[in-house]
Amino acid sequence: MLWLRTWQLGVKSLLLHPLRSGLTMLGILIGVWAVIVLTAISQGASDVVQKQIESLGANTIIVRSIKPPAEKMTGRAADYGLRRSDLDLIIANVPTITSALPIREIRRQFTNGDKTIDGRLVGCTPDYAEINKLGVRNGRFLADADNLRADTICVLAAGVADRLFPYEEPLGKRIYVPENNDYYRVVGVLRHRNASAAIGGSLDSQDFSGDIYIPIRTMQRRIGDTVVTRRAGQMEMEIMELNQITLQVSDVDQVRPTAAMVESLVLPRHAAMQDVAVVVPLELLEQARNLRMMFLGIGVLIACISLVVGGIGIMNIMLASVTERTREIGIRRALGAKRKDIVRQFLVETIVLSFSGAALGIVLGFLGPPMYHSLLYLVFKFSPEKFASLPEAIRQAEPSIVYATIPLAVGIAVAVGLVSGLYPAIRAAKMNPIDALRHE
Amino acid sequence: MEPYSVKTLEPAVATETFAGSGKVPAVRIRNLKKSYVLKSETVHALRDVSFDIPEGDFVAIMGPSGSGKSTLLNLLGCLDKPTSGNFFLGDDDVATMSDDELADIRSRRIGFVFQSYNLIQQYTVVENIQVPLYYQGRLGPAEQQRAIELACSVGLAERLDHRPMQLSGGQQQRVAIARSLMNDPYFMLADEATGNLDSVTTEEILSLFDRLNNEGRTIIMVTHEDEVAARAKRVIRLADGMLSSDRLNSEASREEARRRQHEHVLALAQRKD
Repeated sequence: MLWLRTWQLGVKSLLLHPLRSGLTMLGILIGVWAVIVLTAISQGASDVVQKQIESLGANTIIVRSIKPPAEKMTGRAADYGLRRSDLDLIIANVPTITSALPIREIRRQFTNGDKTIDGRLVGCTPDYAEINKLGVRNGRFLADADNLRADTICVLAAGVADRLFPYEEPLGKRIYVPENNDYYRVVGVLRHRNASAAIGGSLDSQDFSGDIYIPIRTMQRRIGDTVVTRRAGQMEMEIMELNQITLQVSDVDQVRPTAAMVESLVLPRHAAMQDVAVVVPLELLEQARNLRMMFLGIGVLIACISLVVGGIGIMNIMLASVTERTREIGIRRALGAKRKDIVRQFLVETIVLSFSGAALGIVLGFLGPPMYHSLLYLVFKFSPEKFASLPEAIRQAEPSIVYATIPLAVGIAVAVGLVSGLYPAIRAAKMNPIDALRHE
Repeated sequence: MEPYSVKTLEPAVATETFAGSGKVPAVRIRNLKKSYVLKSETVHALRDVSFDIPEGDFVAIMGPSGSGKSTLLNLLGCLDKPTSGNFFLGDDDVATMSDDELADIRSRRIGFVFQSYNLIQQYTVVENIQVPLYYQGRLGPAEQQRAIELACSVGLAERLDHRPMQLSGGQQQRVAIARSLMNDPYFMLADEATGNLDSVTTEEILSLFDRLNNEGRTIIMVTHEDEVAARAKRVIRLADGMLSSDRLNSEASREEARRRQHEHVLALAQRKD
């Protein structure tokens, strides 16, 4: 009964100064809101990164050719990178791998009648579709037999198919590669697939939309290992057998030992040129997790700072309120209020302020994800270039509220509020009633 | 006027009943001393004061500034503790009580009326009247009803939901008087209760005091105005921290003071017309 009444009176005296109470609450509100929204956004952003890395496959090991430092390049042609012999060596010596996928990529022009596009000609084996999670929209993907026969067939990515064959069915048609004077028959069209993340220095982001896939033996036969790039006034020659070998193991636990084995097999052969790197997506995945924890940590830190600032606001207001209400305290003391009654009165006001601030913060926090999307939309609307230059993790992030942060935020907010309110309350109660009554 | 019998009582006979009446006096003060230390100098505000106030008395405490009047008021109001001596409220010695016990005594046994009313601004008339019971945890509908009755009895029936800002000084003081009666106190303690009021309103408040005293209320009134003191049954004068006189006002002289005040008010009213 007494408590109920104390609460009522607390709310009443807060409502007596709505602006002051509102501003005090704002500090706590912003703190709680910031904790919830910042963690939600960093959660969303890291989810995107994590998904992209996961799409590379947690149980894969990627061995990649990298361009060696300029001083190691000798001769007219840049001859570097993975050899087919590396692939044979790995297959012969590493028992834990379940599949090995050689990849060779070359930039080429493709034409169909009067339509020409630039794209990537990818020589690979049938495993490619499974490892990169490519789905077939029409027809089929490459088959082992295509590779054995080195057939001049190809599979188009959705983007290529839509641009080269906008009004016709590409299956059975041929595309032309003018640089090699070659025709390839289309046997399949893939579904659209989003680009993968660019992670680490040695793995670019992969945009699959401009790809044309052919059997790797066909590429070796018809195009060879030498790629000549002609630009105005200069000619570059590059000799490379394979761009990448993607290895799969049956179990995530075997990723690290297998990667170590592969490294000890392959890297010594390329020690002089330093033209091969072994990338383990699992490690990237773990790095991304650490990065996310850091994201979260920074977000929470920022939010805690704003909570402390909010708490100082409460203390400020409560101190001012104690001074302003000295006389009231004196009257109450004269009429029989004990010290603890006065402490209780001011504490109740603080509790009401911090809890309502926290509650509003939570409500606004739940509005955070839609607010984030509106903000992105505004950026997109008024400055599409800027929007495009935002990192993918930001553009595609789906902020998701981390529910554990809500009690955390409320706990900190209320603790800060209580501590900040307690001191003024005790000061108020310690006042001598005679002095308090004399206060003007 | 005849001298009041105080000097004969000793602290040791504190529980002795008041001469002849068979009842314990509302207030008994024995050798009360209060000194303050101000900048290493000891100020003796009250040197040695003893007196009784029987139930139903109407006492005016007077004295020039520096006489210890305010100190005595604070001690009587249980807002402060004496340096030595005894102060009995009924059978309990207040002088030895802790801060919390004093607060409890204030809420149960003393009815304060201040010069500047001291109402709580954000409360309505009825809520203000209820404050003393609030700290006893008594907040039921019965208490609310009693607060309304008290407000009506001091003539505020029309203003139950008003806030102090909406009331005149006299009305605010009447709220304060109703509030002081809420806990059915041992005595009402009025500190210059009419000091901020004009003579018409002063007369209203003093008449209210007369009425309450006639109903049996014990009233202690600190004042520096002779006309106000003349309305009390008894006048205690302080000088230099000691009792300098303690006399009864005869019923005739009180009647005379009432008549004079009344005429003054009438004259004022006529001048306004």
